[in-house]
Amino acid sequence: MTPALAVDGLTVGYAGAPVLDDLRLEVAPGEVVALLGANGAGKTTLLRAASGLTPPRAGRVLLDGADLTALSVEDRARRGLAQVPEGRSVVTELTVDENLHLGALWCHPGRAARRAAVARTYDLFEPLARRRTSLGHQLSGGERQMLALGRALLARPRVLLLDEPSLGLAPRVVAQLMGVLRTTARETGLTVLLAEQNVTSALSIADRGVVLSLGAVVADAPAAELAGDPTLRHAYLGF
Amino acid sequence: MDRLVFLLATGLARGLVVALFALSLVIVWRAARLVNFAQAATATAAVFAAFAVTGATGSFWAGLAAALLAGAALSAAVERGLMRRVPQATPLPGMIVAIGLVMVLQSALGIAFGPRHRPMVAPFDERPLVVGGVPLLSPYDLFVLVVALAVVGLLAWLFNGTSLGLQLRASAAAPEVSRLLGVRVPRMVTLGWALSGAVAALAALLLVPTELGLNAHSADLLFVHAFTVAVLGGLDSPTGALVGGVAVGVLVSLVTGYLGAGVAPLAVLALLTLVLLVRPGGIFATTEVRTA
Ligand SMILES: Nc1ncnc2c1ncn2[C@@H]1O[C@H](COP(=O)(O)OP(=O)(O)OP(=O)(O)O)[C@@H](O)[C@H]1O
Ligand SMILES: [Mg+2]
Repeated sequence: MTPALAVDGLTVGYAGAPVLDDLRLEVAPGEVVALLGANGAGKTTLLRAASGLTPPRAGRVLLDGADLTALSVEDRARRGLAQVPEGRSVVTELTVDENLHLGALWCHPGRAARRAAVARTYDLFEPLARRRTSLGHQLSGGERQMLALGRALLARPRVLLLDEPSLGLAPRVVAQLMGVLRTTARETGLTVLLAEQNVTSALSIADRGVVLSLGAVVADAPAAELAGDPTLRHAYLGF
Repeated sequence: MDRLVFLLATGLARGLVVALFALSLVIVWRAARLVNFAQAATATAAVFAAFAVTGATGSFWAGLAAALLAGAALSAAVERGLMRRVPQATPLPGMIVAIGLVMVLQSALGIAFGPRHRPMVAPFDERPLVVGGVPLLSPYDLFVLVVALAVVGLLAWLFNGTSLGLQLRASAAAPEVSRLLGVRVPRMVTLGWALSGAVAALAALLLVPTELGLNAHSADLLFVHAFTVAVLGGLDSPTGALVGGVAVGVLVSLVTGYLGAGVAPLAVLALLTLVLLVRPGGIFATTEVRTA
């Protein structure tokens, strides 16, 4: 089967030696893959290269077999490749409602369709419904992460790239976010590549885990196997 | 008392023109995080286009349309041709390029049209109407007032009530996130410049008939006042531009009327210093938004 997302021969470097070297990774349609690795392993770099934010030195990015490498960030997004970047990706100067409408813009043409889509997001993330007129910078960390995820899902992406959604969040909120991801993937066939430091949470919802170290894939196994393998855990995941 | 009312009324009309120009600076600032020092030069060039079109057609309104189009096109060209190629990590290179552009444009206009002021005829009477024995606004002042308020309303609707405005605001505030959501950010930046150029050209066009006439430096003082206003109000605040513009317009009108035209620049400078001492970010600056 054609993978929903594939990176092939991806080489990315900033100034000196490459951060990712000839990397190859495939994610099947509807699959949830946890992208693991220590700080500085290259997880963020991989996601940014896939979405187009960081131009690679070499390699290709394919979505359902179509080569996206020559496309701009915004065109990749419109093709169905969504990314929730690391940290505070909410537009702080806009309200919750405006942030959501922004996510719905090109995928739900027409004001009424947009409003309906945004309303469904409020059903999915109830705390947001109470804060629709709050500005982004007035939200808590958990609310921001919900907003970023809800906004990304509004575009009905084919593939969702998530960069450490659990960062700085209480365990209960993390569990809630992971639950939404798992459910959405199962119900809509969404493909997810989830970069996480929170290995346990990520593996609990993932089908497969991929471990990066020094810019190369050092382990690629079913999530349950990875979580149960003490050598791997010790060597690369630190627990 | 009559004199005070008259000065307040003309100050209001003049202030709204300053506010429009300040608004154009706010629009560029929000789109590109840059103080466009070339705004007066491009606006003046657009007014020259209006002057030519009015001369050829005999219609003020055709000239007005030409000013809007020329202002938008010129600003868009400046962004695409120059600003996009300037390093954007710090605001300084962009500002230096803008100042260079002022010199080039003003010299070119000076060479092409000479130093003399070309009188521009207002489409309405410029003598003040007398209401109950008190001289108030002229019909032209009223026209300026209506146009300025209409444009302010239109801009508020565009930015806050349309999806295009939402994309313009998002692109300016968070370009990377906006691109990830499919917003064509480079196009939005160009559009912001074009919009700003049209508004500045309109402000300059409204002003010129009330001044000596049109030459390469016609909008220089307008820029100085509008820049003061933008700094006063906070560069990212449309409300600040509006309130500040009217305040500066009224201040200049009162000081000119009571103390003489020579004192007006000093008064503006004093106001600027005072506000910057009390609120360095500007009166309407929303500090927590800026640093978040
Ligand atoms: N903009 C940049 N300029 C130069 N080097 C960078 C840049 N961004 C990342 N790097 C380097 O690239 C390497 C990989 O960084 P990356 O952010 O991809 O790691 P990560 O796996 O996401 O780490 P973390 O878990 O801490 O987020 C690191 O050595 C980092 O220092
Ligand atoms: Mg990272």
